[in-house]
Amino acid sequence: MKFTLSWLKTHLQTEASLATITDALTGIGLELEGVEDRAAALAPFRIAHVIEAVQHPNADRLRACKVDTGEGIVSVVCGAPNARTGMKAVFAPPGAFIPGTGITLKVGEIRGVQSAGMLLSAREMGLGNDHDGIIELPEDAPVGLSYAAWAGIDDPVIDISVTPNRGDALSIRGVARDLAAAGIGTLVPFAPAKVPASFPSAVQWKIEMPKACPWVLGRTVRGIKNGPSPQWLQDRLIAIGLRPINALVDVTNFFTFDLGRPLHVFDADKVQGGMLTFRPGASESFRALNGKDYTATQNDCVIADAAGVQSLAGVIGGEATGCDENTTSVFIECALFNPVRVAVTGRHHQIISDARQRFERGIDPALLPDAIEAATRMIQHLCGGEASEIAEAGAEPHWRRTARLRFRRLAELGGLDVPADEAVTLLERLGFAVAARDADSVTVHVPSWRNDVAGATPLEPSPSLPADRVATVSAGRDAIEPECDLIEEVLRLKGLDTVPPVSLPRAGAVPAASLTAKQARTALTKRTLAAQGLDECVTFSFTSELNGAAWFGQEGKDRGWYEGTRPEMALANPIAAQLDYMRQSPLVTLTQAVAANAARGWPDLALFEIGPAFSIEGQRLVAAGVRSGVTVGNWAEPARDVDVMDVKADMWAALEALGVPLDALIVTADAPSFYHPGRSGTVRQGPKIILGSFGQLHPTTVNGMGLPTPICGFEILLDAIQEPKKRKKQAPDLPAFQPVRRDFAFLADNSVLAEAVLRAVRGAERTLISSVSLFDVYEGDKVAEGKKSVAIEVVFQPRERTLTDAEIEAACQKVVAAVAKATGAVLRG
Amino acid sequence: MTDDLSRLKAETEAALAAATDLRAWDAVRVGVLGKNGRLTGLLKELGKLAPDERRERGAALNLLRDALNGAVEARKQALEAAEMEARLGRERMDVTLPPRPRPTGLIHPISRTMEEMAAIFGAMGFGIAEGPDVEDDWRNFGALNIPAHHPARQDMDTFYLPGTDDEGRQRVLRTHTSPVQVRTMLNQPPPIRVIVPGRTYRADHDATHSPMFHQVEGLVIDRDITLGHLKGCLIDFLRAFFGITNLPVRFRSSYFPFTEPSMEVDIGWNRKTGELGGGGDWLEILGSGMVHPKVLANCGIDPREWQGFAFGMGIERVTMLKHGMPDLRPFYESDIRWLRHYGFNPLAPVMLHEGV
Repeated sequence: MKFTLSWLKTHLQTEASLATITDALTGIGLELEGVEDRAAALAPFRIAHVIEAVQHPNADRLRACKVDTGEGIVSVVCGAPNARTGMKAVFAPPGAFIPGTGITLKVGEIRGVQSAGMLLSAREMGLGNDHDGIIELPEDAPVGLSYAAWAGIDDPVIDISVTPNRGDALSIRGVARDLAAAGIGTLVPFAPAKVPASFPSAVQWKIEMPKACPWVLGRTVRGIKNGPSPQWLQDRLIAIGLRPINALVDVTNFFTFDLGRPLHVFDADKVQGGMLTFRPGASESFRALNGKDYTATQNDCVIADAAGVQSLAGVIGGEATGCDENTTSVFIECALFNPVRVAVTGRHHQIISDARQRFERGIDPALLPDAIEAATRMIQHLCGGEASEIAEAGAEPHWRRTARLRFRRLAELGGLDVPADEAVTLLERLGFAVAARDADSVTVHVPSWRNDVAGATPLEPSPSLPADRVATVSAGRDAIEPECDLIEEVLRLKGLDTVPPVSLPRAGAVPAASLTAKQARTALTKRTLAAQGLDECVTFSFTSELNGAAWFGQEGKDRGWYEGTRPEMALANPIAAQLDYMRQSPLVTLTQAVAANAARGWPDLALFEIGPAFSIEGQRLVAAGVRSGVTVGNWAEPARDVDVMDVKADMWAALEALGVPLDALIVTADAPSFYHPGRSGTVRQGPKIILGSFGQLHPTTVNGMGLPTPICGFEILLDAIQEPKKRKKQAPDLPAFQPVRRDFAFLADNSVLAEAVLRAVRGAERTLISSVSLFDVYEGDKVAEGKKSVAIEVVFQPRERTLTDAEIEAACQKVVAAVAKATGAVLRG
Repeated sequence: MTDDLSRLKAETEAALAAATDLRAWDAVRVGVLGKNGRLTGLLKELGKLAPDERRERGAALNLLRDALNGAVEARKQALEAAEMEARLGRERMDVTLPPRPRPTGLIHPISRTMEEMAAIFGAMGFGIAEGPDVEDDWRNFGALNIPAHHPARQDMDTFYLPGTDDEGRQRVLRTHTSPVQVRTMLNQPPPIRVIVPGRTYRADHDATHSPMFHQVEGLVIDRDITLGHLKGCLIDFLRAFFGITNLPVRFRSSYFPFTEPSMEVDIGWNRKTGELGGGGDWLEILGSGMVHPKVLANCGIDPREWQGFAFGMGIERVTMLKHGMPDLRPFYESDIRWLRHYGFNPLAPVMLHEGV
């Protein structure tokens, strides 16, 4: 909210400097957004007397002037048609910066005549768009004086941000009250006298929607003359960014800011039927004062006369009954509205108005009688006329309540010892009145304008809580909340910087781990994947529904553990079409990142992300990675295409770090359908637990995404990883006898899976075989068509004694037999 | 030395000198010292001589044998040294070649900051709590004293998902991580000391706002926690996090629906240079306050027995400040050049004893 320093001083008697005031505002929670010191920009501009203005000897459109600046007489060349001898004008000396043109003046010569300064238009001073000529001042304007000071526009404009709880501070009086309470000056009393009433109001009120409008006052002022408001009022409104309309409307805007009390004025002669009714809208259109048409719904409270809707209550008035220069009789509306109703109407019609902003935060329910008197007085002062009796409907709602502060709680909750007397004084300065006081506590009446204190809005307890618990905590809340409100007020005025900081007490000398076991494993997975050469990314949780469908939407395809796209997972209010759907896997958004990098000229990538995957069932934590393009080549090993085994290695490294026993993993060929069906696998730990999948992406998935090829990815379902059992390690197995290594080359059908061969070998001699590794697979000229050679190294580990040749031979025979039985492969001759 | 011995010595020495590799050298050795070598033959003939003659001849032969053994061995060493020299020459390679690359990836700055926060707050006794990104409007708003038509709820630019959840509530993308505080209070009796890092969402997209961003919130509930502890805890954190032991920290009155009293926290910086610590300007960095009695009550905690504080800050924001990063958007764009510029070594995770 903006206001000028001089406007503030109509409510606050203070000698404090601007900086003291603005620092205090920030300290007490009315955060300073900025100060516009207009005096600084206008400082060089002074009132001058044009002694003589004659035709320039060498230029038709210019005038050569002699100007008395108050500090001497100078020659000025001026292009304005209205420059004339004897006028009073505004003069800028050399060195002055002209805001309207962005130029700093220098002494110059224009077509042979010296020009040592400038006579200014309003636009050149940055004061509006008037550029018809230079400003003409009245005869009595004192030469040499600052123009801004003389015109009363040297006033700093202060802009503060008011938090949603402080409807009362959306008024200059409210700000002044807070400042006075904080020790910056004294609040000027406000007690408008009653205006004598001479006749019954021509317009009366009727409330048919009492929840929306509990109380309204109104008054007709007849015999008025409406026109532009006086300069001082226009200046104040312009300074805070409002456009002066006419005196009647300007009065309503004045009180909106001065007292935080929005008013509305109807042209009483345009109101049909002498009655204004608060009622629900009935799908009626009306044109508002902003020139737009609105259709009031039954959720809106409207003010209607016999002709229909004339106003959206508390939000915006109507054009049909608006006041203009022909208005001779005005009806003033001073109403109290339900904040929620105003908020709903304002939001529904997308109208932001100063009135709505105040009503939806709650205005002072007791201020209506004073406000209408003050408004009537001001209208009479500006426009003349005689005032009617007050028309009233509804009644002042109940707002009186008390709050109690136990003084020790200032230290117990607020961390600051404040003497009881000081605390009470601070509250009193804010308008709290002491109802009762003893040695330990004070009970105060809450002022009508502080709906944020002891407001007792309804609880919304968790439905999971038993009724007796709700009763207990509800009583606890009732006992504590008003006191917290008061503590906040005292601390705010004292300044939070006066509260001494205290480090948190330690639970023990050495802190316990802050991460859960699962969080620690996730952190380890990140480090492990990064150590494999993958760069960590953080991508958006949303993708496009179209993209989601391309990955998961194919009907009839095996989607693995994924569901198809579901309307429940589309955002109801997306900000962009490409961000309208919750991603089903981070792999989707990672590949989008690959496409974006490829478009920038970086197609060869290794990326990973650990983040949420969304489904109608809930949210999973997934570690996903991609590799695209080619590997990093070098002088020893040329670059090659990335392949499925690269991402499988990444996945295996992560699973190993997570403590998953790799030997027990089963890879099945049923990965989700966005993978290449022949180059992908689902990784299982036992038949039921799916740990994830890996593979080359399906060409149709890749098509159209602008992805580099090949591109391979993996997903680890981190929630499925079991926490490794915390057992003490057994003593290590360190046999005293040398292991024996034997190589086998099997000739197998090329449909035989490596996994099957390896499993058969491991199972052939469980106690003797300590490890099995596959070191070569060959298909080609040297083996029959449809066959492949699979070469395996087996390590036999004797434990009791060195193996004899015969024993080794027997073990080898068992290996060959087991492989033959499981896969039909034979030892290669 | 008799002539024949002198000749053998001279001939052997000449033959050794002529041997340029170990094979030729070995032939010389065998020809002289071998089983059928010339010197061996002469030694064998000693027995045929008379004792006096034999003594004299034997002494001469022994001397000759020692001399020849020495010459043979010396030649062997010379040849081996030459061979090693030649081999080393052959094996010379260009060691200025770049090493075989072993690419390692880097940790994203957001992860790094979350780790640093876990470490610093962990040292102050906090645990890490997490919860789902898709929440309901009660946990995101109602429980936190933001009723349906409260202006603060409108200010949040909430993303909605269609339909309701199992409990019949509107589904939303959480606008802050506060719903996890609600879950924590409902699931665990006080005392509570947790931080809640995570993804958060608001329908806003421009140079300084992203529809998805990260927050960390903190919650401390105990019997005797005061606003003084709030200040101490946050000052301790900010100074440790930014590594500035005398970082100026300012607390200003403000308003959040879920705390009372509420305060904004500013740190000292230089607006012109962006340098943190000095400069006389203030930069708003986080929001905090004493937990509102309504929030405690909504979550089943009796505010007569328990009280505490809560705070929240943007992870990207503090990361940008700490590392002087100018722009928010690249955090989510996965530009490999940006990731490699700002990423962190995975083998140097955050450890308090190594310095944050």
